[in-house]
Amino acid sequence: MDFDLTEEQRLLQESVGKLMADEYDFEQRKAYAKEPAGYSAERWAHYAELGLLGLPFPERLGGSGGTPVETMIVMEAFGRGLVLDPYLATVILSGGLLRLAGSPAQQQELIPAIAAGKLRLAFAYAERQSRYDLADVAVTARSAGGGYVLNGQKGVVLHGDSADRLIVSARTAGNQRDAEGVSLFLVDARADGVTVQGYPTVDGLRAAEIGFRDVKLGADALLGTKDQALPVISRVIDGAIAAVAAEAVGSMTAMHELTVEYLKTRRQFGVPIGSFQALQHRAVDMLVSLEQARSMAYLATMMADSEDAAERRRMISAAKVQIGRSARFVGQQAIQLHGGIGMTMEYKVGHYFKRASMIDTLFGDADHHLAIVARTGGLTDPI
Amino acid sequence: MDLRFTAEETTFRNEVRGFFRVALPPEIRRKMVEGRHLAKDDIVRWQRILNEKGWAVPHWPKEWGGTGWTPIQHYIFQEEMQQAPAPQPLPFGVSMVGPVIIAFGNDVQKQQYLPRIRNIDDWWCQGFSEPGSGSDLASLKTSAKRVGDHYIVNGQKTWTTLAQHADMIFCLVRTDPAVKKQEGISFLLIDMKSPGITVRPIVTLDGGAEVNEVFFDEVKVPIANLVGEENKGWDYAKYLLGNERTGIARVGVSKERIRRLKELAALEPAGGGARMIDDQRFREKIAAVEIELKALEMTQLRVVSAERHAGSKKPDPASSILKIKGSEIQQTISELLIDVVGPYVLPYQPDLDGSNEPPIGPDYAGPLAPTYFNWRKISIYGGSNEIQRNIVAKAILGL
Repeated sequence: MDFDLTEEQRLLQESVGKLMADEYDFEQRKAYAKEPAGYSAERWAHYAELGLLGLPFPERLGGSGGTPVETMIVMEAFGRGLVLDPYLATVILSGGLLRLAGSPAQQQELIPAIAAGKLRLAFAYAERQSRYDLADVAVTARSAGGGYVLNGQKGVVLHGDSADRLIVSARTAGNQRDAEGVSLFLVDARADGVTVQGYPTVDGLRAAEIGFRDVKLGADALLGTKDQALPVISRVIDGAIAAVAAEAVGSMTAMHELTVEYLKTRRQFGVPIGSFQALQHRAVDMLVSLEQARSMAYLATMMADSEDAAERRRMISAAKVQIGRSARFVGQQAIQLHGGIGMTMEYKVGHYFKRASMIDTLFGDADHHLAIVARTGGLTDPI
Repeated sequence: MDLRFTAEETTFRNEVRGFFRVALPPEIRRKMVEGRHLAKDDIVRWQRILNEKGWAVPHWPKEWGGTGWTPIQHYIFQEEMQQAPAPQPLPFGVSMVGPVIIAFGNDVQKQQYLPRIRNIDDWWCQGFSEPGSGSDLASLKTSAKRVGDHYIVNGQKTWTTLAQHADMIFCLVRTDPAVKKQEGISFLLIDMKSPGITVRPIVTLDGGAEVNEVFFDEVKVPIANLVGEENKGWDYAKYLLGNERTGIARVGVSKERIRRLKELAALEPAGGGARMIDDQRFREKIAAVEIELKALEMTQLRVVSAERHAGSKKPDPASSILKIKGSEIQQTISELLIDVVGPYVLPYQPDLDGSNEPPIGPDYAGPLAPTYFNWRKISIYGGSNEIQRNIVAKAILGL
């Protein structure tokens, strides 16, 4: 039982922290957001140079063989930096699918390109009717001429509008909500029949609605085992939950620090407002909620790579519940304690609030995961 | 970062668990599971079993009977004891006055009291709170005037837990009324059989009388019973209050109560032929508190793990966070334990222990509502949750 980072991990934490401080302050972020892709191409290239884009991949594929702990360190720093880049979409989600399900040829072709910053991907899995049910897949991939033909519509594809390639979940067998019969496909974002409608998200990032109309795919577009994609999707999504949990912790930490600083400097009635007990106690409750969330982000990180699917399921779900609840509480209090200034677009705290709030809607919100924990028997095992 | 216990830690856990399984008398365990009152004899008997094993005061220095365990081992021991569920050793001796005597007492006091605390030959109680001094403890008024080789003590203490059984009381008393309030307090050890002491029970919401008022009327206390220096008592009290750190979260207690809750939910009818455990809404309520508890457990382990590095024994304000969250969780579970039974928590049956009368309703229902009422104390004692928030605001946030 030990919560210590290794020497290398501490160095990574330091260097990513410095990177955020130097190159990702609030004003710089505003400029990056105005670029065509919604983030800075230059920053992305720099991440590649620093090795951040290859972090979770094996060395033979141009990566550094990092564990979920390294990912946690980077995501927490990105949370503090309010980073706009498609790290989650490209490295964690798509990279995770390639790492776990890709053939040697697919891995060899794509992973070094991701690590080098030359290839951006997005994972198109959600649909209008599916809400958080990963098995509810209406997009179809019909076998035809030794390959497949893809039809249907995916929604809220994170960073889908700047992706070079898409990984798409599609039904190859069974009924719309069957756990079996879902497959993954690699699709060129500019292929005939693919329409991408990009848009900004309320937290300042980007997403897309993506349509597929008779999109022709070769046999080599299949990623992983046909009809059996769901366990892989679920595992990669669990890793992504651990990653956004760390991002949310970074965001909440920043909100709490900003709030405490504000309480110390803002003066009313001739004194700093932090001298008022009502506000002190609120700030303490934020800290308690934040530390509970941090603890669960650690737990999620340690479970992210677990082969024990049942244990991973309930622990990751438990973590997502805590993250969702804490993000709402800490965010709402941060705005409240700042008062009017917290409501303005020009002040940073509100942007953290928006990002942390939206993380709850990613990969299942607190209610969704609470129901899972309850259904699967809870967390307290008999002794 | 590795959140798994090591092989040695797991072996240790199994050893502790195995010992509790064999050594904890079944009738005491049953009372614990059912949430019934323990008799004085139960507490004494269990303490002596622990002492026999050498585990009565694991956190004390080795020369006084401690075990020299790592912080993680202490954590495991506590958790297993709470989950057994076994009675917590009475804190007033082993966790409060004992460590103060070890840190600040003289050799005579150590020889005289420590072995007797370990074996609970003396039952200690705590004389801190007064009617006018709760959260503002330093305003206390009970006075001790030095006359020859004695102090003469006058005043009143209150909320004195289990004083009805006590042989000794450790008291904060005012020895200098002229100086700043924190600087005129001394720490006295007083024999409860001294002439002039009166103990009067306070009946609490649950119908029990575990707390008392203790009155001092011209009570003679030998000067030899002063701990440390005169007028330094406040420092010793702060040391004592800060000593209870991670155990304060009572994670093991909450785990055990959740297991109990699930057992009862499997028995209790939910209407329409179903059981409470089948009710998704009720399961979600249980799951919600389990998640909070899991997070608290990890938070506690973070504190314990950091303690290993710090190697320090100084109070950690993080313990205030553990107290706030730990008490909220315990209270939530006590609510769910009345919700699960519903109407049959109504019959008031205080005298069932040792009686041959059949209970009204299910035999497990009787103690649930009284426990719910009684457990409101958890967010009040040991520094109320509001005081804990003041501590965190000042010590961690710098507000």
